[in-house]
Amino acid sequence: MLFAMLVAFGTLAVLLVDTLITGWPELDRQLFSGPPSTVPEEAGARPAILATLYLGLIVLLLSVPIGVLTAIYLEEYADRERWWNRAIEVNIQNLAAVPSIVYGILGLAFIVRGIGVGRVVLAGGLILTLVVLPTVVVASREAIRAVPDSIRQGAFALGATKWQVVWRQVLPASIPGMATGSILALSRAVGETAPLIMVGAIVYVAFDPTLFGSYTALPVQIYNWTKQPDPTFQTLAAAGAIVLLTIVLGMNAVAIFLRNRYRRQW
Amino acid sequence: MVTPMTQMESPRIDSARLAEVSRGLDRAEIERREKVFSVSGLGVSYHGKPALEDVTLDVHRNTVTAFIGPSGCGKSTFIRCFNRMNDLIPGAKVEGTVLYHGADLYARDVDPVDVRRRIGMVFQKPNPFPKSIYDNVAFGPRVLGLRGGLDERVEKALHDAALWDEVKDRLKDGALGLSGGQQQRLCIARALAVEPDVILMDEPASALDPISTTRIEDLMHELKREYTIVIVTHNMQQAARVADMTAFFSVVVDDDGSARRGILVEYDTTAKIFTTPSDTRTEDYVTGRFG
Repeated sequence: MLFAMLVAFGTLAVLLVDTLITGWPELDRQLFSGPPSTVPEEAGARPAILATLYLGLIVLLLSVPIGVLTAIYLEEYADRERWWNRAIEVNIQNLAAVPSIVYGILGLAFIVRGIGVGRVVLAGGLILTLVVLPTVVVASREAIRAVPDSIRQGAFALGATKWQVVWRQVLPASIPGMATGSILALSRAVGETAPLIMVGAIVYVAFDPTLFGSYTALPVQIYNWTKQPDPTFQTLAAAGAIVLLTIVLGMNAVAIFLRNRYRRQW
Repeated sequence: MVTPMTQMESPRIDSARLAEVSRGLDRAEIERREKVFSVSGLGVSYHGKPALEDVTLDVHRNTVTAFIGPSGCGKSTFIRCFNRMNDLIPGAKVEGTVLYHGADLYARDVDPVDVRRRIGMVFQKPNPFPKSIYDNVAFGPRVLGLRGGLDERVEKALHDAALWDEVKDRLKDGALGLSGGQQQRLCIARALAVEPDVILMDEPASALDPISTTRIEDLMHELKREYTIVIVTHNMQQAARVADMTAFFSVVVDDDGSARRGILVEYDTTAKIFTTPSDTRTEDYVTGRFG
């Protein structure tokens, strides 16, 4: 037990320290303000960082409402005797286990080429939404299920309608759990590389991304830098990794804070 | 001849018990009062298995009516018929009729939501909402759309539930920070805030300490001036202390021992049930020989 924890934390610590030491020299304003370049001294990751933030925002705006509403439907309204509700449940659990590259292929076929959205930020955001949606649904359902039935009964007994019980009691009581789950899912989306390579996050983008423009993402940019022969690019990759890690760990910290802040003692 | 008979009977009709039940109303007074509920031939089944069969009784206005009986006798199932809470349980089916002021509660055009607005309920385990004390009491009026005079309404409900003095300085604090007894009185205040006609209490004191229990019982004596109260209780002394009428339920088991269902054995004034019950099963139960 102790050994396992030491291995886990030790590995993480070594990785962090090593990345920090390697990337430190390039962690400067150039990284945040400059576009990528073939000259390593001038290269930055501004378009990649911005695109990653855009992607995160798209995923947040799409996956949270759809995921939360799905969870509410499944937990509060769906009749489990009906086969289609059971089918939806099994499907969501399976989807959560599908490798993200498969979503990438799906997105390439249906979103990029099928609907013809093209290799743009929006397409990447849609794919990442699909990747994390099952996780958001599962986490939201857990949060809803943690609300004790006595709360629903108490509200019903006061003459509340089903709608009022769900929106005024169940949902507010499960928001901390939903927020925690959604942020963790989002931090996964921000770190995803494989599906974005499939749906065309291209590597050299010299301008700030727009919703319907070409883009790259921070993980893709990092991946590309590591493939360059010039050792300065390796340093850049490490610096980019520091930025990405800061975003992801920061989001996880917010999730943990929310979970502890609103822990309930039913 | 008379003397030995009296000695034999005396353990049941001791003066302490009579003193306890003397606060109850007498039969003639109870029956003069308007019938709030008139139940006839009521049965409840879950997924086709009967849980309670053929109950017929009346509940009168401004009285406390208690349902007592051993576990599994269907008394909690029965009380949930009065505000149609059984509708929320999948597979539950209610047969027979429940008239509320003469109107069928289970008629096709009756919305259970409207029923629950007039017939409040307090549960076995205190179940305050994870909100502030104020918001707990204000929840009922808010869902009914009663926005005007909300502060006064909350204050009156907390007063009536004998909780105001303890919480008046911390209405914005979370309700989960209150003690168990305070939480239960908050749940009573919450039910009172919508000014119901009837208050149903499903073992309201079973999770509370003796002092909190006494406060809830005193409260019931106060509340019956304005409301009609129906209470389920495990505790016979409690029924004797608070109720005007008492119904004793029991369990019958099929010959092959497979199915158990509740039946109403006897319904009478509390004084009669606890001193001279007509049915031997009631006598065995109230004298502690059974259950």
